[in-house]
Amino acid sequence: MVPMNWQTDFPANIQGVANGALAVGMGRSYGDSCLLKDGNLLLTTGMNRLLGFDPETGILTAEAGITLGQILDFCVPRGFFLPVSPGTKYVTLGGAIANDIHGKNHHVAGTIGSQLIEFELVRSDGTRRVCSPTKEKEWFAATIGGLGLTGVITCATLKLRPIVTRKIDYEGIQFHGVDEFLELTEQYRHIEYTVSWVDCASTGKNFARGIFMLGDHSAVPDELKRSPEPKLVFPLDAPGFALNHTTVSLFNTAFFHKQGKPRVKALLDYEPFFYPLDKVQHWNRLYGKSGLLQFQYALPWESAKQGTIAILGEVAKSGLASFLAVLKAFGDVPSPGLMSFPQPGITLALDFPIKADVTFPLFKRLADMTSDFGGRLYPAKDAAMTAAQFQNFYPQWEQLARMRDPAITSSFWERCTGDGLSL
Amino acid sequence: MNDVKVDDGDLIQTRRMDGDATTASAPKKILVLGSTSGIAEATCRIWADQGASFFLVARNQAKLAAVAGDLRTRGASFVETAVTDLDDTDGHPALLGKAVEALGGLDIAYLAHGILGDQPAAEKNFETAAQILHTNFMAPVSLLTWLANYCVQQHAGTLAVISSVAGDRGRKSNYLYGSSKAGLSAFLAGLRNRVDREGVKVVTIKPGPVKTAMTTGMKGQEKFADVNKVAQAIVKAIDSGTETVYVPIQWAPIMFVIRHIPERVFKKLNL
Repeated sequence: MVPMNWQTDFPANIQGVANGALAVGMGRSYGDSCLLKDGNLLLTTGMNRLLGFDPETGILTAEAGITLGQILDFCVPRGFFLPVSPGTKYVTLGGAIANDIHGKNHHVAGTIGSQLIEFELVRSDGTRRVCSPTKEKEWFAATIGGLGLTGVITCATLKLRPIVTRKIDYEGIQFHGVDEFLELTEQYRHIEYTVSWVDCASTGKNFARGIFMLGDHSAVPDELKRSPEPKLVFPLDAPGFALNHTTVSLFNTAFFHKQGKPRVKALLDYEPFFYPLDKVQHWNRLYGKSGLLQFQYALPWESAKQGTIAILGEVAKSGLASFLAVLKAFGDVPSPGLMSFPQPGITLALDFPIKADVTFPLFKRLADMTSDFGGRLYPAKDAAMTAAQFQNFYPQWEQLARMRDPAITSSFWERCTGDGLSL
Repeated sequence: MNDVKVDDGDLIQTRRMDGDATTASAPKKILVLGSTSGIAEATCRIWADQGASFFLVARNQAKLAAVAGDLRTRGASFVETAVTDLDDTDGHPALLGKAVEALGGLDIAYLAHGILGDQPAAEKNFETAAQILHTNFMAPVSLLTWLANYCVQQHAGTLAVISSVAGDRGRKSNYLYGSSKAGLSAFLAGLRNRVDREGVKVVTIKPGPVKTAMTTGMKGQEKFADVNKVAQAIVKAIDSGTETVYVPIQWAPIMFVIRHIPERVFKKLNL
């Protein structure tokens, strides 16, 4: 680890180091895109200063190592919210840009890349560029979703959206099957935040049942200050057998019926609505010592329904339990990012415990199916796609390879391109 | 030579928040020496949230500008900065005079600058040892002499100084750093004894190992104390005028034990 506490640290902090470098923040990417075997990780979390905020417009400039949670701590009491937020607030702004993250409002707001005003990119040759939709456009595009490979992002400016309360008008609606999910998606496309939990352990009449969750920032002015909640900590690594098909089926049935009726409305704080897992520190330990992997695809509308049914069927058939299965329709707001993952259609994200002889073969089948249905996988979450698949999903990778900083690489990039360091 | 650069801070208007009691009272006037240190920065963020006024001093212009920008954004009423090397004790009176003038008084002087130093090198070379003592002891003595006299005149003010648990007992792994902090702690105790009756508070802050830039790469750093929690404890100690505070508080009993190990045993330990 090499500290990157100040915007001026890079590239001086990699002088004389061998095997390349990679900026890393909270390390929440599930796969190897935030790792660099035998190389130097530049830890950016100390580079977390706010550089400017306009309370009239909500335009915020911050250093790239700030976490989205730290931004929220600052902006929510001042009546503003992130324009795009993923399912955890424990990611850095730089990481959010490098993975062009999306959230529950993708269908109306697009990715974080489409909300950026500008950012600074520093290369290992010492050049510093301010990149925006109008300045240094190529670097702007290559860096959004560029997996941290084009240089180090030191700071960024984005426009926050106003809120009058911490509260979210929430509604949870049970659905049965992909058709009903699609109907709800169409019916509620005007709602700012929509996402679905789907039970992918059940088969037969309960196949692809789930809960369609929707929310809007409440328009009723209310308290903006934080109401501190006790934080739960998952205290130890669960034994390997804790998550199996039976426990997950039980969990899924309980979760499906928890709301008690087909429709439930509630006024929720934004924290449990956006970040349910953040409440439990080290929740990943539930998956035991060997950990978990994620699988997330985006299928275009042409094959979205058929592909989703087929892939959910394959998962249910595998008997491998995934209880954090998230289904969402992506919208058509374009991202400026060259390598951006979302595309109009459906995305499904699944968590799986790592079981050496089961998980990887399943991932291979799911990746092949994704490929056959004309979809693609999310590099931020991937640990299993082949180099050929990556290059097929993202033919523009060669453009990124040309713009990659010669001193920067990642284990993911080495695995999926073999485009070695040219130090 | 006296080489102090001062740039004017912007007065930032921040939106007043409902129920924020701290904006009701006059902002605290705080001088921070060594403003880019990890502990100092975390402490200043808490004060900035309360709307404090700052005069920030550090060596590096770019880093100081980043810290100043952060504190302004977080709600500081006023931020002015000066770039200088505090090893230059001749420049201290002019620097401190400017600071007090810019702030229009002084509520808290927060001394947070210091170096860990290179212990093995200091064992071989007196120049290296003297450098550690100069930065960590001589420079604070110079600053505190001026500041204490100013505060005594005002019959008000708090002198909050970062010493270290390392000053409680010399250990072979860092006794140059430790002795500089031991000297500082003793100086502060004596100074407190002198100025307390004049209405001036002296707060000796003794942090254990903290996760900051200074300790990056040290063995076991992931277990070091969280800098924000340390900062909260420091703000609380300054508010209540605590004489000596260990942060985190767990270090108080640990150092009690370490201070009481007989020297005949202690000399054989690997600490």
